[in-house]
Amino acid sequence: MSHPAWSASTTHTRRPERELMASEPITGGLRTAGNLFSFGLDTVVSLPRRPFQIREFIQQAWFIASVTILPTALVSIPFGAVIALQLGTLTRQLGAQSFTGAASVLAVVREASPIVTALLIAGAAGSAICADLGSRKIREELDAMQVLGINPIQRLVVPRVVACMLIGLLLNGLVSVVGVSGGYFFNVIIQGGTPGAYLASFTALAQLPDLWSAEIKAVIFGFIAAVVASYKGMNAGGGPKGVGDAVNQSVVITFMLLFFVNFVVTAIYFQVVPAKGS
Amino acid sequence: MGVEVKVEGLTKSFGRQVIWSDVSLTLPAGEISVLLGPSGTGKSVFLKNLIGLLKPDRGSITIQGNDLTKLSERKLYEVRKLFGVLFQDGALFGSMNLYDNIAFPLREHTRKSESEVKRIVDDKMEMVGLAGTERKLPGEISGGMRKRAGLARALVLDPEIVLVDEPDSGLDPVRTAYINQLFVDLNQQIGATFLIVTHDVNTARTVPDNIGLLYRRHLAMFGPREMLLSSEEPVVRQFLNAQRQGPIGMSEEKDVGELEAERQAGYEMPPLPPIALQLLPTDGQVRAGQRPPGAWCQANGVTPPPGSFQDPPGVAGSAGNARHAQSSGWTKPAGRADDDTLALPRVEG
Ligand SMILES: Nc1ncnc2c1ncn2[C@@H]1O[C@H](COP(=O)(O)OP(=O)(O)OP(=O)(O)O)[C@@H](O)[C@H]1O
Ligand SMILES: [Mg+2]
Repeated sequence: MSHPAWSASTTHTRRPERELMASEPITGGLRTAGNLFSFGLDTVVSLPRRPFQIREFIQQAWFIASVTILPTALVSIPFGAVIALQLGTLTRQLGAQSFTGAASVLAVVREASPIVTALLIAGAAGSAICADLGSRKIREELDAMQVLGINPIQRLVVPRVVACMLIGLLLNGLVSVVGVSGGYFFNVIIQGGTPGAYLASFTALAQLPDLWSAEIKAVIFGFIAAVVASYKGMNAGGGPKGVGDAVNQSVVITFMLLFFVNFVVTAIYFQVVPAKGS
Repeated sequence: MGVEVKVEGLTKSFGRQVIWSDVSLTLPAGEISVLLGPSGTGKSVFLKNLIGLLKPDRGSITIQGNDLTKLSERKLYEVRKLFGVLFQDGALFGSMNLYDNIAFPLREHTRKSESEVKRIVDDKMEMVGLAGTERKLPGEISGGMRKRAGLARALVLDPEIVLVDEPDSGLDPVRTAYINQLFVDLNQQIGATFLIVTHDVNTARTVPDNIGLLYRRHLAMFGPREMLLSSEEPVVRQFLNAQRQGPIGMSEEKDVGELEAERQAGYEMPPLPPIALQLLPTDGQVRAGQRPPGAWCQANGVTPPPGSFQDPPGVAGSAGNARHAQSSGWTKPAGRADDDTLALPRVEG
């Protein structure tokens, strides 16, 4: 069993991934998955460890927010609009115009906002984290840090993971607000719906747990994106090209994981929280 | 006061590629050892094993009764505080300026006040000749400067064991001479155990008390400097004298045919050059690991090559000023030699 070198467990071997991938594609892939999982566990275990790196956390949160807020807002306006347009047409076809507001709010809050958040966290924040840690890895900064008695997981990874989770939460709120406003704008102003019906219908179908579940999703997505990016970055090898590859892989892996996790969480949500009015 | 590092039966491979196997050696407490070896023989990998960044397949590394290969991660972080390590490229933190880099270990592991930190950092920066570059970022300075800053950071906590990966690559000969003298002086002052990995034959001939040579995936030889410098063993001889004739070729090892051709051409290896005198601490103190020149040869009945242990006229080694102090014998030189700026420009690369 090979762990990353900074693993909290007793072994500290790091087998070169390239080689394993090449020689044994299946076990190599499984091993990567296992290592990623144990890396995630190490991160969770290191979460409560003192001292918490407040400064690094604030810097990272600020940095992540600065690279994600504007694109998020810009993406969520057309996203809300598209949903409003689609649903406006659909509900008219079904003869349920009075539910347009509710349906678009549900769509935005329950699904669209966590997904938009996930894309931006993985694409903008994750790639930046991975590139940063990857270049530290190939410059041997991480080795130097361990030699100086500092655990890079506690020092670098934990603050990034917490920052990503926090920003995920905030972004999700942002997307919900912007998306719902965009929907309102398109439904009421462009498609000529009535404000009263829009507002009334969403209190009829939407409920607070919708928002909670979306926020929980966003936090989980933030965690996954940061853990995958950190893992890939800290295992980058083979010079600057290795870092590029790591960033690329980290974004792809994060996307796949996020959509899968999104499906699982949604399925659980519908089991646990009864839909309103049913 | 220096700590002994005992390595026994160490083997390391990456996947199917064996880097070296069955390496056993003891770095005596407080002495300077040099590890030599052709490029790619795993010297850097060996250093990383010593500090537990890589885990060997087999074997043990014993420091103060702890086997590093079996320690828990938490314990390992404790033991690592004994070490000061200079990585091959300095490994400075790119986001911090030089001052913060060097202050980092002090701020992490001590409760010193900022003014105390400043005093120590200024002192170390002065020592490696980087005074005035405190605010520069690692990306803005040359490779040699990064290396010296890395050294300052490694020394800031007064380590018991100092591991140095190629201090002389990327440094000009004058700076190399200064750094070598610095190692000797430091060893005398803090008494730490030193292990220096290098390619530089001149460094290997004048700095260490012990020399080791990694070759062909094993440790070819490790022992007192005079043992290796007077050795007839072809690999050791070729490497320490930087010759083309011998078993080491361009691609790690010469093939058998090539060696045979060399033998048939009747090529004799050139005679061993004289064993140079060791560098002495500048302040005239005696280092703990230092032995009188020729003592090992005498004790083991080995006749050193003619001209050994003398200050060869006209041949300026990186021994610099210490060489002069030494020519009168091994005893402490009377006065403090303060002409290093004069002596150093004569150094050859
Ligand atoms: N993390 C790693 N994964 C796989 N192989 C590695 C790893 N680190 C080093 N190697 C291999 O180990 C061998 C020895 O490398 P190392 O860097 O120790 O050489 P070296 O003796 O320090 O060489 P140089 O004098 O050029 O610095 C090389 O063949 C290298 O490819
Ligand atoms: Mg090396």
